[in-house]
Amino acid sequence: MRYRMPRRPVLAALIVSALVLAACGAAAPSTPATPLTVRETVEVPVTVPPQVIQETVEVPVEVPADSGSLVVYSGRSEALVGPIIAQFSEATGIDVDVRYGSTAEIAALLLEEGANSPADVFFAQDPGGLGAVAKAGLFAPLPEEILSRVPERFRSPDDLWVGISGRARVVVYNTDALQPEDLPADIWDFTDPQWSGRIGWAPTNGSFQAMVTAMRTVWGDERTREWLVGIQNNEPVVFESNAPIVEAVGAGEIDVGFVNHYYLYRFLAEHGESFKARNHFLSGGGPGSLIMVAGAGRLANGKNEENAKRFLQFMLSPVAQQYFASQTYEYPLVEGTVTAPGLPPLAELDAMALEIDMADLDDLQGTTQLLQDVGVLP
Amino acid sequence: MLVRRAAMGLRRASTFPFSGRQREQHMSRAEANHIPASWRSLRLPRLEGWPSLALWAAAAACAAVLLLPTVYLVIRAFTASDAALQTLLRPRTWETVARTAGLALAVTAASSVIAVPLAWLTVRTDLPLRRLWSVLTPLPLVIPSYVGAYLYASALGPRGLLQQALEAPLGITRLPDIYGFPGALFTLTLLSYPYILLSARAALQRMDPALEEASRGLGSGAWGTFLRVTLPHLRPALGAGGLLVALYALRDFGAVAIMRYDTFTRVIYTQYRSFDRSQAALFALILIGLTLVLLMLEARLRGRARYDHSAATRPPAQVALGPWRWPALLFCGLVVLLSLALPAGVLVYWLVRGLLAGEALGSLGEITLNSVSAAAISALATTLAALPVAVLVVRRASGLTRALERLVYSAYALPGIAVALALVFFGVNYALPLYQTFAMLILAYGVLFLPQAVGALRAALLQVHPSLEESARSLGRTPLQVFVTITAPLIRPGFTAGAALVFLTAMKELPATLILAPIGFQTLATAVWSAVSEAFFARAAAPALLIVLLSSVPMALITLREHRDRP
Repeated sequence: MRYRMPRRPVLAALIVSALVLAACGAAAPSTPATPLTVRETVEVPVTVPPQVIQETVEVPVEVPADSGSLVVYSGRSEALVGPIIAQFSEATGIDVDVRYGSTAEIAALLLEEGANSPADVFFAQDPGGLGAVAKAGLFAPLPEEILSRVPERFRSPDDLWVGISGRARVVVYNTDALQPEDLPADIWDFTDPQWSGRIGWAPTNGSFQAMVTAMRTVWGDERTREWLVGIQNNEPVVFESNAPIVEAVGAGEIDVGFVNHYYLYRFLAEHGESFKARNHFLSGGGPGSLIMVAGAGRLANGKNEENAKRFLQFMLSPVAQQYFASQTYEYPLVEGTVTAPGLPPLAELDAMALEIDMADLDDLQGTTQLLQDVGVLP
Repeated sequence: MLVRRAAMGLRRASTFPFSGRQREQHMSRAEANHIPASWRSLRLPRLEGWPSLALWAAAAACAAVLLLPTVYLVIRAFTASDAALQTLLRPRTWETVARTAGLALAVTAASSVIAVPLAWLTVRTDLPLRRLWSVLTPLPLVIPSYVGAYLYASALGPRGLLQQALEAPLGITRLPDIYGFPGALFTLTLLSYPYILLSARAALQRMDPALEEASRGLGSGAWGTFLRVTLPHLRPALGAGGLLVALYALRDFGAVAIMRYDTFTRVIYTQYRSFDRSQAALFALILIGLTLVLLMLEARLRGRARYDHSAATRPPAQVALGPWRWPALLFCGLVVLLSLALPAGVLVYWLVRGLLAGEALGSLGEITLNSVSAAAISALATTLAALPVAVLVVRRASGLTRALERLVYSAYALPGIAVALALVFFGVNYALPLYQTFAMLILAYGVLFLPQAVGALRAALLQVHPSLEESARSLGRTPLQVFVTITAPLIRPGFTAGAALVFLTAMKELPATLILAPIGFQTLATAVWSAVSEAFFARAAAPALLIVLLSSVPMALITLREHRDRP
């Protein structure tokens, strides 16, 4: 799809604003899959800087009546991406079929299907899944106009996939047991014996494994092994995924947990401000302050090439980026989008975050091997 | 109808309450005495000719489909790297295998300890509210393990709901840790003991009361009779139910993951998560091996005994519990409280909390319809497909049919993802038009759940003495007519029980549904998964409750009909 400058920028700006408003407004009652009411975020479109609007008007303006179909394999759950995919379908007239699953299972499915896969797009929760599918040669390179929207380190170096939203690794802590100043700036320091029995982690979780992969890249295998052994010696409580860690921290079962940043906000939404857990963003610039992406790529054998590209474009449009910012509490990757209230802005976070290419995070087998050697994984 | 009456008459008249070898001896002695030689030949022609061929053809088709997962795993395992082989040979791998087998055996033993007394109390005694307990005690089977374990963890965890309730009155700030082996044992036992309960109940109901009466008449006490007569008679039922429990524990992923106990299935999932399908396949083959070992154990437990009775179908005498009814009531109440009321209560609590927080229930109509139609169609199709297999296994015992029976169970311990990927492999490469259609999903459920249907039908068929079919044949009926007029009505309870089991397991099935269902086809189970995986518990509550309620209906109806048939 080509980009044209709008002939009537004011009208176009109005249309975009209306769409953004409608998107946020519609999210609450009609779509059961949105996590929150949007009280705090309705005003957001007003603050969208005008230059962003001018760049991206085309998506909502070109709306053909019947635009064919699209098959999306989503490793992200319907609760997270269902509403925004529905908006895409509505805005473009494209009939979207989605298969939901966990990123690892969907990736395994794509590898098994190979060239016969009905999928056009793989929307993955973490870079590991994207890397596995890219390595199998199933992705087609993406055009520059899609890739250039996000910073280079949030996309594939071979142009095979692109980051859609950012997820920060944080330490969630219990507010009864700890104050922010009690917490170290570097994740290394959790190997200190004072954290014995107080840590929760989820070694089977894809995001955790991405963090360990980042450690291997930054620290090297030896130091990563030392860290893993150090944490093991502190007898951490093992969880299956991030959400139960946040729940356990809130309940006071453990004092701290290594998780992704956005789970906390869902608990705050369901339990209210009295929920006794908060996020601590590690500022040391080490692998503990990793920002990972959820991203997507286009399958080379997909039948709907143009629609797949439009899907990726839409996911990087202000409407979608704003959705991820305000509805799933993730970090928008396209500049100019406003993050949800209560979250440190990406620029601020980015300054203290680890500088790492997402593509360095796809050696999952090496990470699994290390985790098994240390005895963290069965 | 007349033939059936005649057969029923015959059924009352003849008695063969002997175990295998004794029965053979009895027959030969009888034959030697009075029975005309022509009767002897009757045992050969039954099931002969085209029905026999059709039977074998149908069973062979079933076997071919059931072999798919194993064939696929072997193909994949061949591409495994040397590193994978080394991982396989690590001592830790085998420690995990041992730990997994240990958990499976412990769950089976604990389930028997719960299920056998429950079965005896609800079938044989004057337990107050007997019908209620009969209906309630099998129901935990309808709770998906990934939901059940989550509910136990959030209710009984160190700082769970129970602790929160106790904190104010008693000042308890932390409960003992339930995670690890105890939690896994507790959860899996409470979720799977109904398999043993159901088969033990069926066996107790059909047991010839004359056996126990004879034992009592010969001077044995109540306990002696139970230990020497009743319990040995329950052996095949315990074997069949125990096998399902053990395989449930082997294949389970949800409960052990939440209870943080590393079993072999978790190792396999770890491999899939690091995108190493070859190593995962290699490991899954070990699981098949472990299943075969369990099958041999079960065969040993079953022994060579036969348990078909054509004797009286009169109900056995009721045991008066007297003052023992109070501890008995306490026991039943405790089991139902922990296995059913507690999980259901937490679900209702989540639902109410969610509704109060303004969570919209949304429309579950279409999803419910999807779940019910897929589960109902697969229940019917799977049980029908199981019929020829069960008939061959029971009526044509030979090395070949024993192999067929093992094959049926061989893939039952595999994690759902392995079976699903196997069907993806064959679907994409050899049956593309069928791939990711509704038919494919039904086929997948068939591969996953056929053992349950075969088990139920096998138990029912074992209780029908071949002499009934033989006499009908001697009265001039064709084998097919015999099956339709004699065998089918007699095994109907087994058929409905098998179908109900398949129905409820299909209702909660997750990995194969996610991968193989037609695109966009959502079920209640996938809705629960979608919500729980993102920590939206309130949103998970409604579909989870619907799974529990809808699967409870056929289970409860079956139990109630049992009571009507044998008050």
